[in-house]
Amino acid sequence: MPSLVSFPRITRRAIKVWYRNMVVFVRTWQVNFFPPLVEALLYLFAIGLGIGTYVKEIEGIPYVNFIAPAILAIAVMNSAFFECTYGSYVRMYYQKSFDAMIATPLSIEDVIAGELLWGATRSVIYVVIMLPVLAAFGVISLPLALLAVPVAFLGGLMFAGIAMCFTSISPGIDTLNYPAFLFITPMALFSGTFFPLTLMPAFLQYIALSVLPLTHVVAIMRMLTLPALSWMIFAHIAWIAVVTALFCLLSINLMRRRLIV
Amino acid sequence: MPDIIEAGDLKKTYGPTIAVDGICFTVRKGEIFGFLGPNGAGKTTTMKMITCVSPRTSGTLRVLGMDPETNPAEIKQRLGVVPQETNLDPDFTCFGNLFYYSRYFDIPKEAAAKRADELLEFVQLKEKRDVAVDKLSGGMKRRLILARALVNNPDLLILDEPTIGLDPQARHLIWEKLRSLQAQGNTIVMSTHYLDEAARLCDRLVIMDNGKILVEGTPEELVRQHAGHEIVEVETSDDVIACLVDLKIPFEKTGDMLQIVAPTDTAREVARTVLDRCRPGRMITRPATLEDVFLKLTGRGLRE
Repeated sequence: MPSLVSFPRITRRAIKVWYRNMVVFVRTWQVNFFPPLVEALLYLFAIGLGIGTYVKEIEGIPYVNFIAPAILAIAVMNSAFFECTYGSYVRMYYQKSFDAMIATPLSIEDVIAGELLWGATRSVIYVVIMLPVLAAFGVISLPLALLAVPVAFLGGLMFAGIAMCFTSISPGIDTLNYPAFLFITPMALFSGTFFPLTLMPAFLQYIALSVLPLTHVVAIMRMLTLPALSWMIFAHIAWIAVVTALFCLLSINLMRRRLIV
Repeated sequence: MPDIIEAGDLKKTYGPTIAVDGICFTVRKGEIFGFLGPNGAGKTTTMKMITCVSPRTSGTLRVLGMDPETNPAEIKQRLGVVPQETNLDPDFTCFGNLFYYSRYFDIPKEAAAKRADELLEFVQLKEKRDVAVDKLSGGMKRRLILARALVNNPDLLILDEPTIGLDPQARHLIWEKLRSLQAQGNTIVMSTHYLDEAARLCDRLVIMDNGKILVEGTPEELVRQHAGHEIVEVETSDDVIACLVDLKIPFEKTGDMLQIVAPTDTAREVARTVLDRCRPGRMITRPATLEDVFLKLTGRGLRE
């Protein structure tokens, strides 16, 4: 029996699982394309323009420009995380899709890898739809902000991996509410999203940087959309890459342990 | 001709529980091979090992000449699997279920679409082609699953309770399809709780209980060896029991009836004697069936 840290044998067939999800997504595009548009507008109006009226500027940056990259980062997190928790759980447990797939040449490793890739793709799609909205309001700077797309893929893969780990150990679909409310919601608020990390006490800043993955995605997005590039971008990317690899591998091994008995 | 499946001392344990306890069997090319047994006998576990989704604990297993441990993808490429649970994809239509399933087998698009339409016709679901699967009846779903198991033209078809919960019409249709698949040269392995189904379809079968194979043979052989030829059943009452004991006719109590097993040539005589001497309220004489074998070997106690 392979251990939880062993390297899973993933084949090209993982793409077929990704393709299946893509087909279903495109077929129901009306319901899928609308939320990112609405979400971007809601954040911009409620927080950007609403709160922005009083806050005006943070560290010399117009408030709405300050939160624009956070809107993208939160979208990256939410779309991959919810796809690979509730979405994957429904396909695994209620639809028995994974069982049907592993009766074909696909292995469970292929299936989970395909699901993770799909989670990351959801993040990319979300960001691709949001970017023009933010650009139209003039709150992000093109063309550098276009790099948010590959960042969305990497960040999305990280949150997909983390989400799949929760899915693999969750006894039921209801217990997925715990990571959603205890991990995702606080993260959306305390990762330098709507106010700078430096406002928090030093030890909380360290905690945010070391255990809140969103912090790094927000930091990268902000460097790209303001723009305000620094060499620190590589440190953030490296942090995300390591965490992504770790959680994706762990999630595949955990899912195999759950499903292959 | 090498055997399609060869299992030797095949074993599967879950922690302290022994699900399959060292079974040996072979499945030959072109036959319909049945696994019978009460709930928890180890049938489904055995099928999961054959279909490469559950690793064996020990023993040997070769499917289509390959080892499920080392060549799962190659074996599964040539398998068709009908699971016990309906796991059709609710996000697709009937056609979509077959078409997108074909993609998992690397079947080119045009060929997959053509095959999907042929199979819908084969299982008589052509008019439901573009209907969502949750709109189908139970029987239609099982037929669609059978069609789905055939998208890759499998050499070996594995069916776990293919007709579970179906009405007689739907069961007969599935039986007819399985027979025509056999006629085309397919090898079929199935598990079932329906003993009439096994007796009708299976060329050979095994009866399992507690993870072990109790007997193996053709349905006729098993009936002859283990249940005799004719069964005389009489309504039970204290008088009848006393009378049978008097006549020294061995019998067995089964629910509200007493069962007397008799060879064909003397069954008529035994029946007449019992009728004349014991005067039972009700009496039936019938040929022994696989069900008699099954109950005799696995007992009448409820499982699970």
